[in-house]
Amino acid sequence: MQDAEKKMKAAAKQLFDDKKVDVIVGFRKGSRANSSRPYFARSAADVENLVWNGFCTANLATFLPKQFEKPARPKDGYKPPRIAVIAKGCDSRSVGGLVKENQVPRANVIVIGMPCNGMTAAVKGAQGKKDEIGRACLECVNPMVRDADISITGESRKPAKAGYARVKAFAAKSSQERWKAFVKEISRCIRCNACREACPNCYCKVCFADQKKPAWVSPANELSETIAFHMGRMFHQAGRCVECDACVNACPMGIDLRLFTQKLAQDAHDLFCSVPGISGDEAPLLNMFKQDDSQCFITDPEEK
Amino acid sequence: MAKPTNKSEPTIVAFLCNWCSYAGADLAGVNRMQYPANVRVIRVPCSGRVDPLYIIKALQEGADGVLVSGCHPGDCHYISGNLVARRKFAMLKSFLEYLGIEPERVQFSWVSASEGGRFASLIEKVVNDVRKLKTPRKIVKEDTIAANVR
Repeated sequence: MQDAEKKMKAAAKQLFDDKKVDVIVGFRKGSRANSSRPYFARSAADVENLVWNGFCTANLATFLPKQFEKPARPKDGYKPPRIAVIAKGCDSRSVGGLVKENQVPRANVIVIGMPCNGMTAAVKGAQGKKDEIGRACLECVNPMVRDADISITGESRKPAKAGYARVKAFAAKSSQERWKAFVKEISRCIRCNACREACPNCYCKVCFADQKKPAWVSPANELSETIAFHMGRMFHQAGRCVECDACVNACPMGIDLRLFTQKLAQDAHDLFCSVPGISGDEAPLLNMFKQDDSQCFITDPEEK
Repeated sequence: MAKPTNKSEPTIVAFLCNWCSYAGADLAGVNRMQYPANVRVIRVPCSGRVDPLYIIKALQEGADGVLVSGCHPGDCHYISGNLVARRKFAMLKSFLEYLGIEPERVQFSWVSASEGGRFASLIEKVVNDVRKLKTPRKIVKEDTIAANVR
């Protein structure tokens, strides 16, 4: 880790010296003992503050869409900023997803691929004890950074076996049990929207949940609204979620959101052979169609 | 103001595409085909217009079941609206089922403008399926239930 940190800082400093970037998004030491927090290094001097350790949990791709938003009245000669990202495997998948959805111009992003040994889960009851490697990291099938502009070598996790084991276990329960478990888990939600803030895919300027015309869900912390909000938000991740667990780590109530969104990832893989950030689809999954897409879910009234 | 809903009968909200399914429903009506009166039709220009949020909202507002029906693949008035919808609905149905919403509660179908009889059979099937479900409603707002009881 120390070695990777040194190499990363050297590469970062070089980027500033060569005037190749305007800002580098990485991590710095956090306010508590065992934590790191996202940091924007804007000069070679700032590079000294960058760290790389086992607490770099956040998904840094979250910060990118806002940086590339064109100003309402751009000055003459406005050019999008050039941004480097200190990326783990999951971060790079998110960057790939944002590029695909035209939120981030690939030419203006420099991905500094880091070796990831798994990050510590945030301190939450549902996730386990402090200082344990997070569940998303233990289950991660793609810890390597693909499409990195600068690759920092070092010790990295071996990919876990793909298998969606937790999804299969949940699906094995009865319909009533699943509903009860889902409602019990989601009823803890306090509608703080931390999951939306942490997720790189949630870049909508006005979230459906904040719309008043039409008012899909009210912000009231009422069970029916909370369920509808999460159903809607999770389905908006269909074919896009890279399973980084940023939402789970950000949730103050420790809700296991990924137990549900992973089902969508499994369907994207099984039905449409698509893994966000990896399979290199040209267009977003639900924008495309194939003539032979599965029809087995269609009700046929003439079938006995 | 409509009469209060008879709580023992399920309410199905049906999103029908204007060009095929709605016309098919019309044909069933013109030919005086009998089918259950539990269905409330909402006409949309294309099945591809149906946002998953419509379905969730319908369930929240007290629908016992939701049906979405469009043109057969290849026959969409807007060429590919139903093909895009097909992917979306496949994932949505699987997702809702995973969360515990019974598969019979939210159904999707293709009905063409000439298939009046098929439409009538479809409604028959959906209403029967929903009637057999053990719990009447899911994720419904409490005040909607109260309004129906009055």
